[in-house]
Formats: sequence, C-alpha cells, structure tokens
Amino acid sequence: MNPAYRPYTLIAELTYKCPLRCVYCSNPVDYTRHDQELDTATWLRVFEEAEELGVVQLNLTGGEPLVRNDLEQLIAKARSLDLYTNLITSGIPLTQERLARFRELGLDNVQLSVQDVKPADSDRIAGLKSFERKMQVARWVKSLGFPLTINTVLHRDNLDHVADVIAMAEELSADRLELANTQYLGWALLNRKALLPSREQLDRAREVALAARERLKGKMEVLFVVPDYYREFPPACMDGWGRRFLLVSPDGLALPCHVAHEIPGLTFEKVGTRPLAEIWASPDGLGHFRAATSTSGAAAARPTS
Amino acid sequence: MISTESRPRLASKVRLRYDRKGERYMLLYPEKGLVLNPTAADIVTFCTGENTVSVIVDRLAEKYSSQTREALERQVIEFLGVMADRGLVQGDV
Repeated sequence: MNPAYRPYTLIAELTYKCPLRCVYCSNPVDYTRHDQELDTATWLRVFEEAEELGVVQLNLTGGEPLVRNDLEQLIAKARSLDLYTNLITSGIPLTQERLARFRELGLDNVQLSVQDVKPADSDRIAGLKSFERKMQVARWVKSLGFPLTINTVLHRDNLDHVADVIAMAEELSADRLELANTQYLGWALLNRKALLPSREQLDRAREVALAARERLKGKMEVLFVVPDYYREFPPACMDGWGRRFLLVSPDGLALPCHVAHEIPGLTFEKVGTRPLAEIWASPDGLGHFRAATSTSGAAAARPTS
Repeated sequence: MISTESRPRLASKVRLRYDRKGERYMLLYPEKGLVLNPTAADIVTFCTGENTVSVIVDRLAEKYSSQTREALERQVIEFLGVMADRGLVQGDV
C-alpha cells in the first residue's frame, strides 16, 4: 500500500465507561449499545499487530481508561513494544500508588482533563465533584516525573476563562496545554445550542492563547484548536481518513476516528476477525476514501446514505 | 541558550526510537513524532547530558571530515537551539 497510509498512532478506546458526564463527550450517543468490551488478550494482540503496521504512539483512552483493571498489563505490553504511551484520563478513580506503578511499567505521558478553573464550574461541567481530585492527580503526575498535559475542552461557558486556564496549567508545571475547542460530534452535537460560543468569544480567547504560546515557548507548549464551525475550510479530520491514525473502539471496531461508525452507508470491521494489516488495507471502511485522494484533483467519494 | 559549554540532553518527555519501517530515527513526545535525518540523529545520539557541545562537535568532526570544525559547530548549535525552542532538548550547562 502507498506508504502515505501508515498508522503512526493507535487510539485505543478501552471502554466507554466513565465516572464523569461531560456535556460535550465525544463518545457516540448510543454508547450503551456497545458494552461488549474487548478482553485483555485481544488488546495485547492489537498492540502487537499495530506496532507491526508502523504504530509508534499509543493513546490509552475511553471513556475513562482507569476503570479497566488490566491497564497495568496493557502499559507493560506497550513498553515492551517500544510504543510511546499516553494515558488520556479524567484522573478518576486513581491512587498515587497505582500511578507510580504505571510509571514503573513504562507509561510515558499523562494527559489530564480539567473542565474549568473554579471548582464549582469544573464540577458542574463534568457532572461530578472532581476538581480538587484532579489537582491532586496533576501534582502526583509531576512528582513522579511524568510529563503532564492538561486538556481543557472549550465552549461558551469557559472560553472567557482561558487566561486563568493557562495560569492554572503554569501553576501545575504542565508541559503541554491543549485548549481544545469542542468538536461538534457525539454528545456535543446534541448539545450544541448550549455549547457553541460567539465568534467574538473565540477570537478573544485565541488572542490570549497565542500570546501565551509565545511567552511560554520552550517551557510549556500551548495549543489552541479552532472549531470547524469557525474555520473558512475545516481541516482534514485526523490528518486524513485512514491515513495516520487508527482507532479501535471499546467493542473492537477498527475506525479512522471515534465516530466514523455513525456515518450511514459505511461498514467497519472488528479486530480479531482477520489480521489488522488486512483490515487497515481494506478498500471498505478505513480504505474508503483512499482511492479518491490518491490522485490529485480527483473528486472525493462520499458516503451514501 | 545553547553554547559550546552546554551539556544538551533530551527533554524528559522525549524518547528516541528507531523506526524499522522507515529505516530512520525519530523522536517521540506527547501526540507527536519528529523524523530525524541521519545527521540530526547523529547529533541527538550524543545528547546524553554528559557531553558538552564542544565534545559533540569533536565526535561529529571524525565522521563529517569534509566540513570545517567551525562550520560543524555553527550548525550543531543552530540545530540544538531550534530543538531547545521546541522543548525537545534541554541545554543546561
């Protein structure tokens, strides 16, 4: 296959379960229908096959990956495959001991979500009293020697607090701050009337973020991801369909992104039915748009409904 | 700031990995990777926190003998400066 199509990153959605109830959750709206989670052995095989295919980065995510009690085994396997492993988490439920164990097993990076800067606001957005626990987790992450990424999803209610979010991340000695405007899919699409900010709000926040990016160069990386709604042209999602990212959903679907299986008219395969390399190379699902984009200027194929 | 006396090392978030598929080295860090050309890989391999930039240049001079030491030093400092700005290398003396 064309070497342009190489999965560098495997996004392993280990579960849709999560103690938080964020209104912008990117899990599919019908996630309760997908409650048949892959077992440990299958995940271990997926990691091996993904590394064979070219994957060098692994994102352990969900839902909340901490609710899986085999996370230790998965991290150890990832390390043995020399994958750069990120734990993408709400920080709940977690103890310092378990986090220290992850460090010993070779976890590389922790990305912690924080919903807002004031405890009451953050807890309200998350649907759980969690802010103080998150701050505690952030301090554990740093004291154990992990790099720390703070991720704050932005929307109407917290976009005006971006300067305070940056200050909080600096206070926590974060290495990277993702100011991620809500992507309007999954639950966020359902709740878009409550979440969409005004253009002015977004522009002000972007100014603040860009100034901080300059000021903190080399110390803390500051990202500001503009929502598609406010771009003239939306960028290629996931750097292009089935090009650099491979996502495996909790129930085992091999996908180009976390909601592709909601698109009518497309079919995706489950891992474990045949080798991952074949699934990746398949002209259906993951390969659906490859033929259309391999020749320049050709009309893009569209999913049929 | 990178000088000849700096002892550069990879930032703690960064790992160097050989990429079998592409037959090249890459740096991996949160959410990203950076493919290194052979020269960059040679420099980065010496960034252990023990070698000064001077020592690194000496070692490279053995391999890249067609270039003057001054030219090598300039290029190494420039490269490491860019890497430090990106938070990938720490250059503390």
